[in-house]
Amino acid sequence: MGDYILELEGIEKSFGEVKVLNGLSLSVRQGEFITLLGPSGCGKTTTLRIIAGLEKPDKGKVYLEGKDVTYEEPNRRNVNTVFQNYALFPHMTVEGNISYSLRLKRLDRAKIKKAVSEALELVQLVGFEKRMPGELSGGQRQRVAIARAIVNEPKVLLLDEPLGALDLQLRRQMQLELKRLQKQLGITFVYITHDQEEALNMSDRIAVMRDGKFEQIGTPQEVYDHPKTSYVARFVGSANIICGTVSHVNEHTVVFENKNGTGIVARNNASILQGQNITVAVRSEHIKLTPVAEAKMNLGFKGIVREKSFAGGLLQIIVNLSDGQELVASRHGIDSPLVPGDNVVVTWASENSIMVDLEGVP
Amino acid sequence: MIKKFFKCVRSLNLNCVSLLAILPLFAFTVMFVIGPLIYMLVLSFLQRGEVWGVVNRFTFKNYIDILEPVYLKTFIESFKLALTTTTIIVLVGYPFGYFMAKLDAKWKKRMMLLIFVPFWTSSLIRLYGWIIIFRANGLLDRVLMALNITDAPLKLLYTYPAVVVGMVYVLLPFMILAVYSSAEKLDWSLVEAARDLGANSLQAFMTITLKLTLPGLLSGVVLTFIPSMGLFFIADILGGNKVVLVGNLIQEQLMKAHNWPFAAALSVILMILTSLMIYIYRRISNVRELEGLI
Repeated sequence: MGDYILELEGIEKSFGEVKVLNGLSLSVRQGEFITLLGPSGCGKTTTLRIIAGLEKPDKGKVYLEGKDVTYEEPNRRNVNTVFQNYALFPHMTVEGNISYSLRLKRLDRAKIKKAVSEALELVQLVGFEKRMPGELSGGQRQRVAIARAIVNEPKVLLLDEPLGALDLQLRRQMQLELKRLQKQLGITFVYITHDQEEALNMSDRIAVMRDGKFEQIGTPQEVYDHPKTSYVARFVGSANIICGTVSHVNEHTVVFENKNGTGIVARNNASILQGQNITVAVRSEHIKLTPVAEAKMNLGFKGIVREKSFAGGLLQIIVNLSDGQELVASRHGIDSPLVPGDNVVVTWASENSIMVDLEGVP
Repeated sequence: MIKKFFKCVRSLNLNCVSLLAILPLFAFTVMFVIGPLIYMLVLSFLQRGEVWGVVNRFTFKNYIDILEPVYLKTFIESFKLALTTTTIIVLVGYPFGYFMAKLDAKWKKRMMLLIFVPFWTSSLIRLYGWIIIFRANGLLDRVLMALNITDAPLKLLYTYPAVVVGMVYVLLPFMILAVYSSAEKLDWSLVEAARDLGANSLQAFMTITLKLTLPGLLSGVVLTFIPSMGLFFIADILGGNKVVLVGNLIQEQLMKAHNWPFAAALSVILMILTSLMIYIYRRISNVRELEGLI
């Protein structure tokens, strides 16, 4: 089965009437850090549980190192999981938790002791051997959960939103540490998150999930810069989505219009024709706002500034277009001369925009 | 007292208010638990009257009498029966409580109802039902003979097995509820984590599930073992006079022989034995309170 360490092939899974996974296929290379990104309820965790063997798919196959393990018990797969709630054994010490898998293998004591202290060193928890999980902070528990999962040297490590319960600062720090750990160990990571920043920051590849399907699989760069669908553009890049009809097709750009005005978009598809309906994604940082009085070109959408807010180091300006559609523009800095009620023209450079949802368009 | 109460409420001192709130319970405990216990302890060191009642003369005779083989044997028999009963209850009740905790909410409610329905009737009356089942040519015999499993009536009534069945029947719900409440709290993702880390289902059960539901199991043991030493009416109804337990002995000494000091001494010894059980339980389980029911 080639050089893929993990392969999913047409996985389907329903719980009662609800179809959770709808034909998932994915190939993961040895040593890759792949992230399943999607909102809660899109089937990320179920996918992970199927890889771990905690759930059996209704249809489809799971291959591990080329071997079909679809119906193999979880204890017979060389895959370990870092659970979302950590699932540390409350009646065992940190050492007991980490050594659990090794004790099951009946390794001799000296070996276990050595492996445990190495794992603790990796997650920087030396000296915590005798603590009980209840005596640890959230971040420390997280590290124990990771140590417990890697001590067994799995082929693939599955991580289910491992940083979800941590505060922002700790989360950033742990992101770097996990990435370092993954490089150091060379283990393949399948990582789940709903946080696009985390996914972009850590992954070699991102698989964006929606309603039990992969919407797009690619490197962070691909997914961020060349989203294939408006869903991916919105979820990964928080992009503004504008629809319109093509009025001119040039060599490198496409001009389109709708009720609110005229826009331009880079031509990333050869077969675009005049009169075709297209969907365009523009990220908020690329949206330019010009007061109506200063606007010169006939390109742009008219709108009114509705609100300004400051969040996450960015100033966000919300503009209502004349038909009510809302666009978000973001700026560095904490204020802008624009105030709510100002009439503005919304424009962007063609190279900062992209046509999405092209597949369904004839 | 009343003045103090109002002062207390006005001051909104929570300690003070809660102290007052537990006062009735405290008074009840002193009057109906601690008082009688002290009375029993004192009684056990007194002599029985010639014809009736008690003479206020200090003696160890009651305790020395217990050492007589016939009484010692009763203690040992009781212990054996309690052990048999408890073993059966563990074997039946643990899986029952465990699987009940795994049911979905709707079925949990239904099972709970089924367990509680018998409590609406006195266990004494329910035991009479067992007489109908067990007696010679009773329901059990007839069914067994109709199915050609036995040729002659088994005459199970007034035998040791009948008493064991009765004990199991009366005490089983306590074990089920104790195990259930403990298994209900169990985080099943821990079992999945164990499986993920390489444990087969038996290993995961032994190292995780059993360990974490042990407090429930142990409190179930305490809740069934201790009563089964003293439930005299079960031995009476289903065992006739063939099975004599400590409970029966105490009841006999109290109600028939009117030897109150001796009955008191027997009770004190029984209490010491059961307290010992609870002590051992606490040492093993490291839990302050009996899980579940107490």
